[in-house]
Amino acid sequence: MSIIFAKILGKFTLSSLYNGPITTGAAVSMVLIVFGLVGYLFYTKRWKWLYREWLTTVDPKKIGVMYILVALIMLIRAGVDALMLRAQQATSVGSSHGFLSSNSFQQIFSAHGTIMIFFVAMGLMFGLINLVVPLQIGARDVAFPRLNATSFWLFCAGMVIVNLSLVIGQFSAAGWLAYPPLSELQYSPGVGVDYWIWSLQIAGIGSLLAGINFTVTILKMRCKGMSLMKMPMFCWSVLGSMALVIFAFPILTATLTLLYLDRMMGTHFFTASGGGNIMMYVNLIWAWGHPEVYILILPAFGVWSEVVATFSRKRLFGYNSMVYAIWAIVLLSFSVWLHHFFTMGAGADVNGFFGIMTMVIAIPTGVKIFNWLFTMYRGKIHFATPMYWFLGFLVTFTIGGVAGVLMGIPPVDFQLHNSLFLVAHFHTMIIGGVVFGYFAGITYWFPKIFGFKLNERLGRYAFWCWVVGYTLAFVPLYILGLMGATRRVDHYSSLLGWQPLFVVAGIGASIIALGVATQVLQFTVSIIQRKKNLDTTGDPWNGRTLEWSTTSPAPVYNYAILPEVSDRDPFWAMKHNKDAALTNTPHYQDISVPKNTPMGLFIAGFGFLLCFALVWHIFLLGIVGLLGLIFSVIYFLSEDDTDAIIPAAEVKKIETAAAFERAYA
Amino acid sequence: MSEPTETTLIKTPDASSKNVFGFWVYLMTDCVLFASLFATYAVLQSNTNGGPSGAVLFSLRYALTETLILLTSSFTCGLGVLALNRGHKDKVLKWFSVTFILGLSFLVMEINEFNHLVQQGDSWRRSGFLSSFFTLVSTHGLHITIGLLWMIVLMIQVLKKGLKPGTVRRLTYLAMFWHFLDVVWIFIFTIVYLRGAIYP
Repeated sequence: MSIIFAKILGKFTLSSLYNGPITTGAAVSMVLIVFGLVGYLFYTKRWKWLYREWLTTVDPKKIGVMYILVALIMLIRAGVDALMLRAQQATSVGSSHGFLSSNSFQQIFSAHGTIMIFFVAMGLMFGLINLVVPLQIGARDVAFPRLNATSFWLFCAGMVIVNLSLVIGQFSAAGWLAYPPLSELQYSPGVGVDYWIWSLQIAGIGSLLAGINFTVTILKMRCKGMSLMKMPMFCWSVLGSMALVIFAFPILTATLTLLYLDRMMGTHFFTASGGGNIMMYVNLIWAWGHPEVYILILPAFGVWSEVVATFSRKRLFGYNSMVYAIWAIVLLSFSVWLHHFFTMGAGADVNGFFGIMTMVIAIPTGVKIFNWLFTMYRGKIHFATPMYWFLGFLVTFTIGGVAGVLMGIPPVDFQLHNSLFLVAHFHTMIIGGVVFGYFAGITYWFPKIFGFKLNERLGRYAFWCWVVGYTLAFVPLYILGLMGATRRVDHYSSLLGWQPLFVVAGIGASIIALGVATQVLQFTVSIIQRKKNLDTTGDPWNGRTLEWSTTSPAPVYNYAILPEVSDRDPFWAMKHNKDAALTNTPHYQDISVPKNTPMGLFIAGFGFLLCFALVWHIFLLGIVGLLGLIFSVIYFLSEDDTDAIIPAAEVKKIETAAAFERAYA
Repeated sequence: MSEPTETTLIKTPDASSKNVFGFWVYLMTDCVLFASLFATYAVLQSNTNGGPSGAVLFSLRYALTETLILLTSSFTCGLGVLALNRGHKDKVLKWFSVTFILGLSFLVMEINEFNHLVQQGDSWRRSGFLSSFFTLVSTHGLHITIGLLWMIVLMIQVLKKGLKPGTVRRLTYLAMFWHFLDVVWIFIFTIVYLRGAIYP
């Protein structure tokens, strides 16, 4: 009897559902929100609409919107985690022990890091790539649209697994990279680390497939005349980032598998005994992890290149050097991973090499910064919100970068390793670089997808909250790090004199939270007042690249007639060269678009069941998930009739309606 | 034999098509996955934890037999693609069936070897060396299993639908996948078995 239960329930017991008042409270409110949404969908009878328009869609623009939506929700989820961490560190001093237990604190910082990197930063990145890349290269779609939907749903499955750990069982308490031996079965016997492994595994495979997809899209689907050196800089940066995905993510897949084998099968890869090698894990995870930060930042660099050129009304300065800088970063990013653990004790020569490489990689990044500055020089700068984000980025990113070079000096790193100085450094890079970049990108391309601009005033307010909040939250951490405060402390002595700085950091985090609230308000107000900010021209910012030449919102097929380009800034050239203007009536042709398919949803759904079963060791559910996965993949790969035709007459109708709206709105 | 009309219609997609290029990129990611496992093996190779080393455990003759079987299967797979290019449905089925049988024999031999090792107490739990050995070799075996399953699915498609463009495209991918696994195996044979036998 008990064997049958073990097969059905695995390691699950009723006590897995209660984890103290705070976690359980959060879990209950999350479940209530989900039930509320489901109830709302039933009430408004929106299920069919949701299924037809969103759940089965293969349109990269809609997939991009869904990525960004999920990422923003996760930003709030992991942002609440951050506030709890800050509140704990501000109050847990001397005889007071704060409101979180050590175990809760550890789970919260692990969840915060994992979610912010994998489900916020990666989500925003793939969202923007989906929205922009096909439009910028003058293509109608990505190379493999159905695979693209599958990537998104795998990302979603990973997101669900991470959040499910809040409701059923617990999350990993071993940090966002789960170093062994702490993450081994001996020291983390619960399901937390398994949740971490499988959430990252399934989302990581989604990212890997998306990496392949966009590499092929950019290399094979550019419109006529767009040679590589005429490609918009955002596409170049995405190509670099996707090249890194292709080379780095398989390492993550392998590493996570090995860790799981250690926990599940009793192998000795990273165990302290039995011939395992703990530092091998640290090497492997950073051989993925360091390229990962460049995966995140490169597309943000691409956004800046577009934003700065557009709002300075100038050609991008130093296009060629920008391209070479991207590829220098791509190559060098695989030669610096050891700077994450100089303290391993690899010896002076090894540390010296990686220290020098770390400084070298700052050079191409510096080239890019100067190119943006020279683009602005003597430009006619328009201070729209994306430009505010850029200026904020310029200051914070440079400060964070210099702090990074400082830590790249091995003897300095021995002092700063694992301190809050490091925490402040990478938050400067990821918030000031990645997050600001994607916020600017969302503001910039929003009208192309939805047909109206975001509210500029609220955007500026949000920006100021973020910049001020960010400064207050992280400058104290630099100082605390130099004072010797290590990361991940949930309690410290009052004699150390750290509390005032932690309180300031807590205030800073609250101001960032105010910024996020302002952004939510910005979206809401912009949607309500969309009539006021309609983009009737398709070119709200006086843009330079192809995507602004089609209507806003872009039609499902992107371009009724596939464009042909002869310039780096083709739309700018088109606008300023009257001879080239299209005067004759366009000749429309049938357009083939991929049909909607629920297969991505099914594959990710069965993948989710399999992962959940592997977390809890539920044998029967695992079999169901595995078989379901195999059969849905076979079905997915065997479908022949995947495209539908939009007839020329229909295209003409859509285009005429859009032209009418442009003329009379 | 198939009708001559089919012969003129069929053409396997060339490497410049976005589909085949995409599959190449996928194979490169798989290559990185194997590279990580090879690196792991290289690091843990000498960590025998007081247990047996490769020189004691591996039978070179057995591994060579496995290698020859897999190489032959790659050859018959190539013949299958040649038949595919000429649009000979029957020959396609014949050569891929031979490939399937050879692949299955390889897999059975590998499972037999694993079983033998586990029976004598030298499982993946024994040492870091054996953990990395089992993981590396069985990851290749898992790929072979997926390849075999895929072969069945595609042969059924050929039987039912004939040599349609979609099926031809998928058979091309399968052939690329199969040759790739052959290359990986050559590395396994060299680095794990040959090197293991030379250096005790």
